[in-house]
Amino acid sequence: MKEHRKGLVIWAVVVLLLLTGALLAGPQDRSESVQEAMRDAVLHDLNRVSLFGLKEVNPGLISAFAVTAFLLIAAALVRMFVIPRFQYAPGKVQLILEEVVGLFDHMAKSNSPHRFGALGAYIFSAGAFIFTGTLFELLGIQVITVHGGPITLPAPLSDVNAAIALGVLSYLFIMSGGFAGNGVRGIGKTLKEFSLPISMSFRLFGALLSGLLVTELVYYYVSLSFVLPVVVGVLFTLLHALIQTYVLTMLTALYYGEVSE
Amino acid sequence: MNIPLNIDYQQILLHWMNLAILTGGLYFLLFKPVKQFMQKREAYYKDLDAQADAKLAEAEQIKAEYQAKLNGAAEEIHQARAKAQQAIQQSTEEQLAQAQTQAAQIVAQARAEAEHSRERALRESQRELKELAAEATRKLALQSDPFEQFLDLTEDGHEKR
Repeated sequence: MKEHRKGLVIWAVVVLLLLTGALLAGPQDRSESVQEAMRDAVLHDLNRVSLFGLKEVNPGLISAFAVTAFLLIAAALVRMFVIPRFQYAPGKVQLILEEVVGLFDHMAKSNSPHRFGALGAYIFSAGAFIFTGTLFELLGIQVITVHGGPITLPAPLSDVNAAIALGVLSYLFIMSGGFAGNGVRGIGKTLKEFSLPISMSFRLFGALLSGLLVTELVYYYVSLSFVLPVVVGVLFTLLHALIQTYVLTMLTALYYGEVSE
Repeated sequence: MNIPLNIDYQQILLHWMNLAILTGGLYFLLFKPVKQFMQKREAYYKDLDAQADAKLAEAEQIKAEYQAKLNGAAEEIHQARAKAQQAIQQSTEEQLAQAQTQAAQIVAQARAEAEHSRERALRESQRELKELAAEATRKLALQSDPFEQFLDLTEDGHEKR
């Protein structure tokens, strides 16, 4: 009990010391104003990153590649070490994997009962990308911009290009389902929903960007960097990761089922 | 052309390439194997279920067969009993008919015998009567007073009886 209390006191002292140090240190000379930081968070036109020396790209693309690499490595490890040990009476890890795969498979089956094979695989990967990509910003991985300054890698979908890519790809996937199910009539049915790619893209972009802007704002001022990031950074990010994953996968499954019926 | 919001077609294509790699990779590494395993397990339990159903159906069939046999045996017993009762009835009737025939024969024979005895007794009586009459006539013929003779004769007749 005594040791427990002693540990608590040490922890509180360390926190207070860090807080005092941070406040006494004051703001650094910033290379950009808050307006410039916000503008760059939306447009990504200042702090660009070099893609293997080939091209200057938005940091969101680097984030997207990093998320894909992480997901594929994790999937490969699971494939090599976990899946071969699957049992008919599942353990905890197996249960989680089955639950996730089953969730998207069931979503595909229930929304498009007549054609769901490819749909399940697509919404599984789109869902994994959105969820992991949104949580990715919590890691705060830093890269060097082409100007030589550091930048924290944002969520991939806070880049409008990634959001447009995912929204339009989902629309094209829905259209392919319509064509496979109903031929030219299926394409016509999909084209009737012409606003879908725009709404899908900008819903994702808006949701992710709003989270990013709030986080940028909070981190811009040192005095706001205590306690508050736990709420706006972690909880909000987790919440809209779940919501955006559900919304895009559900909409894709729903429209896919409708046009391919 | 200056596209607003820093939209870049090349980067969109790179994102598509990234998503295509991710979709294919996740499908082959995770989605397909997990789903295959789930289907395999489902098939295993369905097979178990089907086996249990088949065994249940077999047991039901055996039960039905035995029930049918039991019902057949009961019916057989019933038929045998009915047959035995019928045979007994028939035998009884035959015996009764035979007994009635015999009784009728006995009665007829007895009647015939009685008739025969009656006729014989009658004949004997007639013969005796004839003899008595002849005796009486003879005696009457021999006696003087026929009326007394007749009285004697009747008294003799009564005594003889």
